[in-house]
Amino acid sequence: MNGKAHRFEQPLEIVALLSRLELAGKKIAVERNGEIVPKSAHANTLIADGDQLEIVAAVGGG
Amino acid sequence: MRDPLIIAGKTYASRLLVGTGKYRDFAETRAAVDASGAQIVTVAIRRTNIGQNRNEPSLLDALPPSKYTYLPNTAGCYNAADAVRTLRLARELLDGHDLVKLEVLGDPQTLYPNMPETLQAAETLVKEGFKVMVYCSDDPIQAQMLEAIGCVAVMPLASLIGSGMGILNPWNLQLVIEKVKLPVLVDAGVGTASDAAIAMELGCDGVLMNTAIAAARDPVLMATAMRKAVEAGREAFLAGRMPKKLYSATPSSPTEGKIAPKAA
Repeated sequence: MNGKAHRFEQPLEIVALLSRLELAGKKIAVERNGEIVPKSAHANTLIADGDQLEIVAAVGGG
Repeated sequence: MRDPLIIAGKTYASRLLVGTGKYRDFAETRAAVDASGAQIVTVAIRRTNIGQNRNEPSLLDALPPSKYTYLPNTAGCYNAADAVRTLRLARELLDGHDLVKLEVLGDPQTLYPNMPETLQAAETLVKEGFKVMVYCSDDPIQAQMLEAIGCVAVMPLASLIGSGMGILNPWNLQLVIEKVKLPVLVDAGVGTASDAAIAMELGCDGVLMNTAIAAARDPVLMATAMRKAVEAGREAFLAGRMPKKLYSATPSSPTEGKIAPKAA
């Protein structure tokens, strides 16, 4: 996740992961193994062993 | 609205677009953006700080997307694939918002645009329905290529990003303005108010800047100056300047009725 390894006891839906990370309801976007997971799919997308996730937000920039 | 800036069919009263980077805090960002009068603000897309999000202030709270038009950028991308990937994430993040700033950089020393990669990314993004405002070189031929691809604005650099060196090649900018029907915005290089005014006097449709405001000693005051400079430069362009007349002075006061004798 964002370039670092994380371990969870069981498979998680993205929505559950975001809630654990206190990112629920925040303006973020999730990419799984190079493919965007749209918000509408967060509830029914399970993350699996070895998945690579990117979670991004908008920050100040020029 | 008198003399609006039109980008991708949407009208904007302000011809000044500003970045949101390099400010001390979000309060200063907001104050500077408001003083600039800008309606379009650029933002970058970056990884969230996992595990450090609790009550962390967010840019979106300081600058609500309901009030400002966000222009997510691809700053830091050095190839087409990374730029496209970044903007797909931006569109997801901003609920389908498709107005974007494409920039594909050539190297970290100059941050000069890599035009072959820029053209390639622009082609993909336009096909995917993005409205692409594109940072580019001041080469009129490449600007025309970007227009042919279907970008919505071309944004040549006036000098290197963050350099504050001003308008180094007004002739090339004028060529781009003449050759391209799209809005042309100077993106990068503006250092102070006169630079912004010169860009507008040349006939640019707008100016995009970040460092010139954020790195000023008083960013909010500089933002005000930039708003005035862009407006003044635009009005001077529309008014049509007097011709330059070297070695041919004409007095503004009457030449008759002088008490002093005529010059020999």
